[in-house]
Amino acid sequence: MLQTAGLAGQRGNRPLFEGLNLQLAPGSVTLLRGRNGRGKTTLLRMLAGLSTPTAGSLHTTGRTLREGGPGWRRQWLYIGHQNALKDDLSASEALRFLAQLHGLPTSDAELEAALRRLGIYNRRHAPVRTLSQGQRRRVALARLVLQRASPLWLLDEPFDALDTEGIVALNGVIGEHAAAGGCVLLTSHQPLSLSAPVPTVFDLEDHAPR
Amino acid sequence: MNSDPESEPGSMTAVFACVLARDLKLASRRRIDALLPLAFFIVAISLFPLGVGPEPGMLRDMAPGVVWVCALLASMLSVGSLFAGDHADGSLEQMLLAPTSAIAVALAKCAAHWMVTGLPLIVATPLVGLLFGMSGPALATLVASLALGTPILSLLGGLGAALTLGLRSSGMLLILIVLPLAIPALIFGAGAVGTVEAGMSPQGHFSLLGALLIATAIGAPLATAAALRISTE
Repeated sequence: MLQTAGLAGQRGNRPLFEGLNLQLAPGSVTLLRGRNGRGKTTLLRMLAGLSTPTAGSLHTTGRTLREGGPGWRRQWLYIGHQNALKDDLSASEALRFLAQLHGLPTSDAELEAALRRLGIYNRRHAPVRTLSQGQRRRVALARLVLQRASPLWLLDEPFDALDTEGIVALNGVIGEHAAAGGCVLLTSHQPLSLSAPVPTVFDLEDHAPR
Repeated sequence: MNSDPESEPGSMTAVFACVLARDLKLASRRRIDALLPLAFFIVAISLFPLGVGPEPGMLRDMAPGVVWVCALLASMLSVGSLFAGDHADGSLEQMLLAPTSAIAVALAKCAAHWMVTGLPLIVATPLVGLLFGMSGPALATLVASLALGTPILSLLGGLGAALTLGLRSSGMLLILIVLPLAIPALIFGAGAVGTVEAGMSPQGHFSLLGALLIATAIGAPLATAAALRISTE
């Protein structure tokens, strides 16, 4: 699905990682590990296309990004550690905006199913500012259900602030996506409780600059 | 609130429409904040007769300039926060990842800024014109010049806001970047009313304002989109 060749990244003038060869196969879940400040978020943003690598290249099914054109990377999904929800919108309005922005289905039934799946349906009319951190995270993650067709999910700390029930729901969504041939790359500070598929671990410490 | 049925999901028009609709909805939920530029505009203008004295002739002569300067400052008042909120909560990242160019996002944000800030100023202008005892034709020219000029201010303000996004003391930089660029609009906008009062046609001034608007509408969103990409990197 996605290969990187000799990818290097830096923040400011400080190199974070180099010579990174990451291979993501369809149907796999990969956990990106590394200490704080090792460049996990930088790598995810780089793959999502928000920042440019200082060296190396990205390939998908043997073609580089430039050959593939910008079109297909836009089908990828990136959810950062910020939830991208506006305080003054209600939970369902905020989700609908994100869905419209990415050209996803926005029918009431689809949104309802997505919010139900993440267990936040009963708070759908509440303004985002009245939701707790965990509830906001659930609304942001409800987009995963709408974007099932996306071949690659890049999730930055998706389990952050979620309670046990939320973690189970998210594990279910991720497992289904992988079972359908989708590919997931995520970071997490907690050990993953996902059982199927078993996550592959990719450690950024091995790629720290010498 | 669904976008235009003709537009494909994820197309330029769809992204433009959904960002614009969201910003207008957000403004409608914070009406007091949204109306701050209008309040500033009216209060600042109504302080002039108190400050410089109530002589009708002098007030009439300086009205176009005063209205234009206050419109410029009122636009700058709210433009600093145009992208800041979206930058802080991650919405901007998601907008840049939308399946279309960031130009649609830049245009939509500026259009929303103009509808929330510029349009009320234009609507309020006849009122303040009467306050200054302006004649009918002069007032009509002033309104027309603001209709052409305030979109320029919103587009330039959007560019300045994108360039200074995430920087410290961005407010100061924003003013230093935008005000020099906005001066031609100010000169031709206020000048148009002067020509009408001198009994000439404001055609030339309007043509120049129109040309400025076209040039800004083409150039500024491109530069804003590029600046947004750089600021989020």
